[in-house]
Amino acid sequence: MPYQMNGTTVEHDEEGYIEELDKWSKELAEIIAQDENIDMTEEHWEVVNFLRDYYEEYQIAPAVRVLIKSIKKSMGKEKGNNKYLYTLFPYGPAKQACKIAGLPKPTGCV
Amino acid sequence: MSMEEDLPGTGDQKKFLYVNRRAPYGTIYALESLEVVLIGAAFDQDVSLAFFDDGVYQIVKDQDTSGIGMKNFSPTYRALGDYEVTRLYVEKESLEERGLTPDDLMEITYEDEDDDWAEKPSVRLVSRAELSEVMAEQDVILSF
Repeated sequence: MPYQMNGTTVEHDEEGYIEELDKWSKELAEIIAQDENIDMTEEHWEVVNFLRDYYEEYQIAPAVRVLIKSIKKSMGKEKGNNKYLYTLFPYGPAKQACKIAGLPKPTGCV
Repeated sequence: MSMEEDLPGTGDQKKFLYVNRRAPYGTIYALESLEVVLIGAAFDQDVSLAFFDDGVYQIVKDQDTSGIGMKNFSPTYRALGDYEVTRLYVEKESLEERGLTPDDLMEITYEDEDDDWAEKPSVRLVSRAELSEVMAEQDVILSF
């Protein structure tokens, strides 16, 4: 089922990643997050925005260990660690947060 | 789960060289090579890249693909440092034969963990003879 938003629909692949990246909006992110059983807090948004910036700069969604390392560098080690990020995104910070951020599946994840 | 979390530590590191000899667009080779490098980087091997022949065009700066309807993936080479791929050998002769100079290439850097995270250039200009030596040292060479 495509994501439903304000009477419009946004197509996604079988795992829930949207197919046209420019269809993304903050509202859509909230809808994708609901599907993932995630209540978006400021902390979630911080990671999602970080991923969108990373994609903007490098044109890829980073693998999880690269994401953790990069967050550690920019936000410090209390956020750049497995436990913190898996608490926010239990099914994998790279995979799940990328989906919410409207990015492709991270390169190197199966 | 992402794949890198469950990899067994085998302990025997091999030297991998990815050889890039073709122009970035028109065929899928350059993009495929880059994706294999990024995926393979999870396996904790000693990875380096070589660019020669038309492959040097892959890392030329200011690429604009708007006229050919393909994604400009060249910014991704600048993420290689994050994936701990820190050596990109570029053959001088190939640049010269195409009227290019090192200034025509993107600035690609990595942060050296052993040197207080100092930012260092990843691109290493080598002669054809030096590149042959680099290739002779490898355990695995993958050509794209």
